[in-house]
Amino acid sequence: MLETHGNHCETSHLEIVQRFDVLLVIIFTGVLFSGSSKKIISKFYSFELLEVCIHRVRWCSSIRVIKSKYVCVFDKSALKFSHQQRLFRTSAVSCGQIVQFKLSDIGEGITEVTVKEWYIKEGDSVSQFDSICEVQSDKASVTITSRYDGIIRKLHYSIDDIAFVGKPLVDIEIDASKGFASEKDVVETPPMSHEEHTHQEIKGHKTLATPAVRRLAMENNIKLSEVVGTGKDNRILKEDILNYLAKQTGAILPPSPKAEIVPPLPKSETVPATPKDKARKIPVPVSRPIVFSGKDRTEPVTGFQKAMVKTMSAALKIPHFGYCDEIDLTQLVQLREELKPLAEIRGIKLSFMPFFIKAASLGLLQYPILNASLDENCQNVTYKASHNIGVAMDTEQGLIVPNVKNVQVCSVFDIASELNRLQSLGSAGQLGTSDLTGGTFTLSNIGTIGGTYAKPVILPPEVAIGALGKIQVVPRFNGQGEVFKAQIMNVSWSADHRIIDGATMARFSNLWKSYVENPASMLLDLK
Amino acid sequence: MVLQPSLKNCFRLSCVLRTPKAGFRSTASEALIIQSVSNDVYQNLAVEDWIHDHMDLEKRQVLFLWRNSPAVVIGRHQNPWQECNLRLLRQKNIKLARRRSGGGTVYHDLGNINLTFFTTRKKYERMENLKLVVKALKALRPQLDIHVTDRYDILLDRHYKISGTAAKLGGTSAYHHCTLLCNADKFVLSSVLKSPYKGLKSNATPSVPASVKNLFEEDPSLTSEMLLDAIAKEYATQHQIDHHITLINPADETLLPGINNKTKELQTWEWVYGKTPKFSVSTCLNMAYKDSVLDIKVNMDVKHGRIEVCNIDLPEQWLPPALYSKLVKSLTGSKFCPNETTTLVTTLLRVCPQDDELHSRWNLLCENMIMLM
Repeated sequence: MLETHGNHCETSHLEIVQRFDVLLVIIFTGVLFSGSSKKIISKFYSFELLEVCIHRVRWCSSIRVIKSKYVCVFDKSALKFSHQQRLFRTSAVSCGQIVQFKLSDIGEGITEVTVKEWYIKEGDSVSQFDSICEVQSDKASVTITSRYDGIIRKLHYSIDDIAFVGKPLVDIEIDASKGFASEKDVVETPPMSHEEHTHQEIKGHKTLATPAVRRLAMENNIKLSEVVGTGKDNRILKEDILNYLAKQTGAILPPSPKAEIVPPLPKSETVPATPKDKARKIPVPVSRPIVFSGKDRTEPVTGFQKAMVKTMSAALKIPHFGYCDEIDLTQLVQLREELKPLAEIRGIKLSFMPFFIKAASLGLLQYPILNASLDENCQNVTYKASHNIGVAMDTEQGLIVPNVKNVQVCSVFDIASELNRLQSLGSAGQLGTSDLTGGTFTLSNIGTIGGTYAKPVILPPEVAIGALGKIQVVPRFNGQGEVFKAQIMNVSWSADHRIIDGATMARFSNLWKSYVENPASMLLDLK
Repeated sequence: MVLQPSLKNCFRLSCVLRTPKAGFRSTASEALIIQSVSNDVYQNLAVEDWIHDHMDLEKRQVLFLWRNSPAVVIGRHQNPWQECNLRLLRQKNIKLARRRSGGGTVYHDLGNINLTFFTTRKKYERMENLKLVVKALKALRPQLDIHVTDRYDILLDRHYKISGTAAKLGGTSAYHHCTLLCNADKFVLSSVLKSPYKGLKSNATPSVPASVKNLFEEDPSLTSEMLLDAIAKEYATQHQIDHHITLINPADETLLPGINNKTKELQTWEWVYGKTPKFSVSTCLNMAYKDSVLDIKVNMDVKHGRIEVCNIDLPEQWLPPALYSKLVKSLTGSKFCPNETTTLVTTLLRVCPQDDELHSRWNLLCENMIMLM
């Protein structure tokens, strides 16, 4: 072990141990220091802080250095190296070394690019092959990936700045415990001799994996922190990545650094078949101890959800009461069957809603208080002249309630064509403000999705709403006491109890029910 | 060779890679020609991503042929509001996609063919690829006056652009793709690629407009299939491989594991609109209200496709101040998107005093604001 002191000339060892064939044993005072290529030989004579030039050394990634204070001395003259130069500075305090990551050659003789997007910011930790930024040059967009593991200390450019090839792009502080990656072109394969292990701090969680394994993970967009390691010290092995992938996609990828398009067939001529592959004929996810790696996810409330929050919070102020009933639609079903082809000839899809909407409007003529609005201070009730009946619509983004204007002067066919228009605009996300405002009464046909009874929430500034359940075929008794097949639908009304009483709601519901159960009676009151 | 687009010919790419072929073959550069059976722009872009991320291009280079149903494709760092008429796109149901390579905006339909040349980063050579295309076209129709410019465009008759180029470079692989106008709808092309939005200030890559022409106009006997075939033949010759086109289905998860996730990602709002570089909107709304015309100055900053800052210069008391501040607060942080804005502003109307005059002013203002998106 090392015991070093300032400027003493002492016989002590600085032992730097590597895990594989490169063995660096530096013993001060006249001991040989040999590198992997056996080109480096030096002698040390004194403890002094010197700035030294180190030529290209094949540092492996796990040179365990004593992290405590130490002073390292290399006599310049004694070192014989043959390749690139790099400055090596040690200080008694910091263990990280700041490396300037230069913008590598883009090709085609390009010398400058524009920085378009940063994927990291100062202070972030990066691994080798992580994306650092996106630059653009003359119609080519280039993703710059990191050559090192470490922490970003400085970004040399802001967005839209011109960056130059060969000049520094970012400064990365490399963890001293890992040593440095050499100045190699990013296209070359990194040295993969024997078992190289990298200790990587990923969000405070050490994940052990070799560079080959990490490359495989990166290429498949897998976060190492989500893979369970089964090697020694929870090391992540290639098999772990493959198993993780197999679980994700149900396919087996070959154990090679770059994924290839491989058939999951038994007879693959050139794939070196491992015993595992031979036994399987179809891709089967390997069962490993089940580890749940799901995480909670927090998102801000925006858009349609934000709109719902606003509306429903306002609705909370309204004291709701509910009233439900059962409607026999047998006659209406028959009527619709007859009228559907006629509507189709005119280019309109006829559902049940136009009938429900028209019947509601006829009912509102008799009970106009259900088509009213109560002002904020509950001082005045405004009876709205127009029956703008809203229809709740379920779109990809969420709930939207457009309304059909002036139903009191519309025919059932007019309502049907207007509904068609609103539905196609709604599903395309192109409804205008006029379609979405001015509603006075709302119907929600939740039954198309399912359900029987519901408890709808009134949409302010309205005072009533109805929810229609699904149509079910059930047995009922007719006037003669016989059992017949009835098409039954449930309706659930909610109303503002500040201005509407139960009796009014019940009478309105009965009237609406009579129109819907006996569509011919609508003819008498149609305006 | 006439292409047979039936799935009977849909080989697994693996078979092509693994099965040793008879005959001579240069061991130095093997190559592969694939064609997509899908016309969905998102699926095809996802295939490009997949090959870029997953295939080892050291062993073989790839030529990918694809066509799309009507779509507008913007470059990686572009601003869709600046580049095209989004309102028209929505009306005509034309898709909008953002690709991962740089460059400008293009209109795709089935009369346009797309070619992607996949190589390693070292072998990235756009000029060579375009010369290959020109050679193929000249072999097919020697009388065509086509040449490659130094901006990597292909011009017909020295004047009309028939092909545009873009490229993407990653860690170890790169691709160069280009379009080729055979028989596209020029009328739709020019109308969708004209942006009606005024007052946009942005550092996004601008497109360079050019006069275009279809090869079909020069020679009506040409079809997209013929062009694809000619280019594939030339590629095969130059790479010394069989003139065989492998059909692939971009929805096939077993062949391309992870492809459906890539396709989904390309369709998300966050990718298509959210990746727009920061921009500002500074314009004047001319609103005709009752008997007067109001000039309302609007200033908005949009970052990641969401409104960061919003300022509307309304005449005093035109709207109650409380309501105005609610409007601004609501818009801040929400998407610069007409659908979302419509939903938010109509919801706000529910919880404010029920005054017809107020409602009509509100609707007028909001409709004009939405027109900016």
